[in-house]
Order: sequence, then C-alpha cells, then structure tokens
Amino acid sequence: MPTSTITINPVTRIEGHAKITIQLDEKGIAQDARFHVNEFRGFEKFCEGRVLWEMGGITSRICGICPTSHLVTSAKAGDAILSVTIPETAQALRRIITLAQWLQSHALSFFHLSSPDFLLGFDSDPAKRNIFGLIASDKEFAKRGIRLRKFGQEIIEVLGSRRIHTPWAVAGGVREPLEPAKRDYLLNWIPEAKETARLALDTLKKIHVKFEKDIPNYGNFRSLYVGLVAPDGALEYYDGTLRVMDGDGNIIADKVNPSDFHEYFGEATEEWSYLKFPYYKPLGYAKGMYRVGPLARVNICDYIDTPLAEAERKQFKALAGGASVVNNSFYYHYARLIEILFSVEKIEQLLQDPVTMGQNIRAKAMINQLHGIGASEAPRGTLFHDYTVTEDALLSRVDLVIATAQNNLAMNRTVRQLALQYLDGAKVTEGLLNRIEAGIRCFDPCLSCSTHAIGMMPLHVQVVGPENNVLCDVRR
Amino acid sequence: MKPKVATIWLGGCSGCHMSFLDLDERLIDLADKIDLVYSPIADVKEFPRDVDVTLVEGAIASFEHEELARLIRRNSRFVVSFGDCAVTGNVTAMRNSLDLDDVLHRSYVELADTTPRVPRDYPTIAELMKQARPLHEYITVDAFIHGCPPTADQIWSAVTELLAGKKPELTHVFLRYG
Ligand code: SF4
Repeated sequence: MPTSTITINPVTRIEGHAKITIQLDEKGIAQDARFHVNEFRGFEKFCEGRVLWEMGGITSRICGICPTSHLVTSAKAGDAILSVTIPETAQALRRIITLAQWLQSHALSFFHLSSPDFLLGFDSDPAKRNIFGLIASDKEFAKRGIRLRKFGQEIIEVLGSRRIHTPWAVAGGVREPLEPAKRDYLLNWIPEAKETARLALDTLKKIHVKFEKDIPNYGNFRSLYVGLVAPDGALEYYDGTLRVMDGDGNIIADKVNPSDFHEYFGEATEEWSYLKFPYYKPLGYAKGMYRVGPLARVNICDYIDTPLAEAERKQFKALAGGASVVNNSFYYHYARLIEILFSVEKIEQLLQDPVTMGQNIRAKAMINQLHGIGASEAPRGTLFHDYTVTEDALLSRVDLVIATAQNNLAMNRTVRQLALQYLDGAKVTEGLLNRIEAGIRCFDPCLSCSTHAIGMMPLHVQVVGPENNVLCDVRR
Repeated sequence: MKPKVATIWLGGCSGCHMSFLDLDERLIDLADKIDLVYSPIADVKEFPRDVDVTLVEGAIASFEHEELARLIRRNSRFVVSFGDCAVTGNVTAMRNSLDLDDVLHRSYVELADTTPRVPRDYPTIAELMKQARPLHEYITVDAFIHGCPPTADQIWSAVTELLAGKKPELTHVFLRYG
C-alpha cells in the first residue's frame, strides 16, 4: 500500500504542463509513479462548424513549437478532401518546411532544454540549470544551438513569411513559391548547420560515456515502435506508410495506409490525466504500448537516404548489441541528433533540386470527398488530422491524434522505472527528482500539442511517513 | 542587481514563448541584462517573491491558472499580458460558446476506444473553468503585448522599454492582432 506521495510540479524544461506523482511505501521506497498532463483546450469540439480553409490557421495554434507540423498535416487532410494530387513543387516545398520544423524543434530539445542537465550536471544549481546558465558557462556552444534553431525558423519564415503560425500550406498545395535569392540565402546556412549537428553528436557521445551508469535506467524496456517509412523502407517525414515493429525488431505490420489508422490503433482515457493513452489494438490496452518519434523512426527504417546520417544510423544500431532494436529511451537524444543531421542534408538536396523552384504550387478543387485523413511525421512522432466535412466545407467531425500522446504509456513506464531505481528509502534530493524529470525530457513531450493545451505550477515535495511524520521536505 | 524577470504559460500554445526564443542571438545579450528567475524553460518550481517583470502567456482557463495569476500579481512589480491569448482569450477562448461538459465529452468519451471517461482526478489535474478569459479580468495588468504570437522584434522592444522602467507604448506595431 502506498503511504505517501511525492509530487514533482511542474515538470520543467519540457514543452507543456505536467506533474509527476510518486507513491512511496512506509519505508520511503517508490512503489509506483505516474505522469499527469494538466491542460485541455478542446479543439476537437470547437472546430466543428468551422470552414475547412481555416483549419490550418486554427490547428497550428494547438502548438507554438510544432505549428508547421499541424499546418502541413491539416493541409494533407484537405488534399484528401479535395481529392487532388498536389503539384510536385508544392510537395517539395512542404517537405522542406517539415524538415525545418524538425530542425528547430530538435535543436530546442537538445540545446535549450536537455543539454543543461548534461553539461551543467543533474545536481547543479537549479536556478542556473537552463539555457541562460548554459550561455554563462559555454557561450560558444549555446550560441551554436541558438543559431541552429534559428536556421530552422528562418526556413519557415522564408517560405511562410512568418516563423510561428504561418498560414502558408493550404489544401491543394502552398501559397507562395520560393524565390531564387531566398533559396541561395538558405543554402548559405548549410555548412554551419552541418558543423553544429556534428558538434552536437560529438558532445552527446561524450555524454554517453559520462552517464554510462545512469543510462540503463532511462526507460529501458521493450515496446512496439510506430512511424511512417518511405515505400523503399527509408526514413520518412512527410508521406509514406505506417510500419509497426516489436521490441525484438520483428516487423509486425507494414505498408499500412495512414487512413486506416483507427483500425490498428485505439485510445484509452484515465481520470488522472488530460493526455489520452493510445495503444496498438491487436495487443489491447495497455499491452499495446508503443513509442513514436526519433527513437521509433530511426529504429524502424531500413536506411536513411543521406550519407552522413546513414553512417550515424549504423552506429546507433550497434548500440543494440546483437539485437536489432535500441530499446533505451535515453537514446531518443541520439536519434534526434541523427535526424538533425538528416534534416540539414536533405534540406540541402531539396533546395538544389530544380523541382523546388517551380511556379506551379497549388491544385484548386472543390469538396470532392466528405472525409479526409492527413498524416505526417511531426518532430515527436506521427501526427494525424482526421476531418469530416459537409458539402459546404464545414467541419462536422474532427479527430486529432497527436504524436506525444502516443508515447504516453511509455513515458509513464519510464518515470516508474526511474522512480523505482532512484527513490530507495534514502533522502530525496532535488537532483534525484531532476533525474526523473530528465526521463520525461528524453521523449521531448509537447504537451500543448497532445492535450491541445499548456500551463505550469510550483514544486513542493514532501515525503510523509506512516505516522504522518514528515520524513523529508524539498522545495525548489 | 540585474532586474528579475519571470515568464509563465497559462492557457496558451507556447507560441509566445517560442517567439521569445526567436530573439535568437539577442538572448545572449539578454543573459547579461536580466536574471530569469522563473520560466517553463528553467527549473525553479516556486514563483519567487519579488519579481520585477512577469510576462504571462495564455488565457485563464482553469482554477489553477486563476490561483497562479493572483500569486504572480502579488509577487511582481510589473505584469504583462504577453500575446493575444492573455490579451483577449483568443484561440483558447474558442470553446467559450460551447458547454464545457460537451467539449470534454467529445474528446474523452466519444473519441475514446477503451475506458471512456472524462478526467476528473482533481486536484492532481486542474479543474477547468466554464470559460477561458483574458488575464486582466482576474488581475490588474500593467502592459499588453499583442500578437499571436507577438514577433521577436515586438518582444525585444517591449522588454527593452520595460527594463528601462518605461511602459511600452501601444504604437501601431503593438496593436497587431494575430
Ligand atoms: S497568443 Fe497565439 S501564439 Fe500566443 S499562446 Fe495564444 S495561440 Fe499561442
């Protein structure tokens, strides 16, 4: 029987509002832990009655971190409703902006949010353990990270005329083509971006050595992995079909049309979180736990079609030893950096492709289908927008399945594993609790997205013994 | 002593905070000029006592937000409504014309395949208010930065003026919504 509860509130340096509660027995040994997500904004209901054409603008406001992923996915649901094949230039441009979204979001996750733990230390002064502390301790490294995120944002601004909440992608294509001078401006960034990606990877590899003892505790368990792959099995981000791999590397479902998502995946609800719990239907709730995002994508793809990232993927796979799947959530960071490198290489290829510079950017049509599903790989995993419309283009039903939610079961499993490992009846320190939060940061959850909301609160941890005596009191 | 600055997310999408990070290299200059004492991108968990300037993103959408807003007001000299959600309610308030129970029912019951139920484990999770409202309906606000989100340039000029002890002028640049 749990006799007391520790609350970590809010979980910080993640993109959203969450708490962790840890239940302890009378000896102060952790018995269970839960990750609670604490906001809700109701997009699925209030979008009913809105017009299809404004859905990109509204749904990008679900999340300020990956608005472009929502925009593109919404436009893809619109393509399906118009029943059009969009021009190849529009497709190339949407691919670039999708990768730019990965780039800025992954840079944020690594440099701004997670690296303070690794470079300043899990037990360092919490008042300084953030991007400003990093600027004070290693200005050059922090600046590199800031500029890498900036490059991603600059691409989005060049294409969409603003960085956050651009309305540039629409059902049928995009609004503006790319001008040559702007293309050249972006190409000039590539060498620096590649160098920073390299620097990040080298830094992370040193971190792997430094935290050798900690890493095996960071959400190290078998689970399913889900994501899009290209028709030839390559790493995919914009299109493709769904693949499901198990924790031993067996492909248990493949070439699944994203429109058939609901046949394979269900969602459960719990009273203690506003974040739903998606699961793989054939295994049921909660056995059908799966992970999405960088770790899943780099695990499930057969190869990456850019040379530097492919070389890293092979090293990544070697971490699994004899097995073919890397099951440790700590390596989300590694997979994320591999994807940064891939994004830079791929953006360069796409910018150099003459197709990208075409002027035919939009297919126009009326409503030809009353139902359409859009899917793409957002930074944190596969994102689905499922729309039903009337013949007048009014939304009558909206179902959004967000990347982060699909990691909910695995995030809960991770905090539980970390709590059981670190809270063993000894004194609870701020640094120990920060390690548990760091388990969540591996997933880089975007909670504004996943509950379609966001917020925050203070931390006060009290460990209370069986006689109601305070065993430990930590504030920060 | 450097001025103490805090930023907080209430009912918003974090886009205003992301626009703050869009200050890019100017963040490095800012690091010399301010102490960031509380923020979702930093680890201090309890809102500090004497903050000079607090930027508040998002509408008041839950009872927890209201409590936080009052705490922020007590502990800050200058409170700024940061972005359209704080200023008008904006997208967060789009649910206001609907019945909250219907909105929750849609997401957690109709769109659930197993264990359909509305989350209600209060106060582990926050109880939502029937309406999401602008910040100034709950506390006195000293300045407003419009935009969804405000651009990095807007944020830079507002923050520069605030740090100089001035109230940012509501010039046309600051009156841009959306
Ligand atoms: S004002 Fe716009 S960018 Fe800011 S939180 Fe609200 S929806 Fe997001």
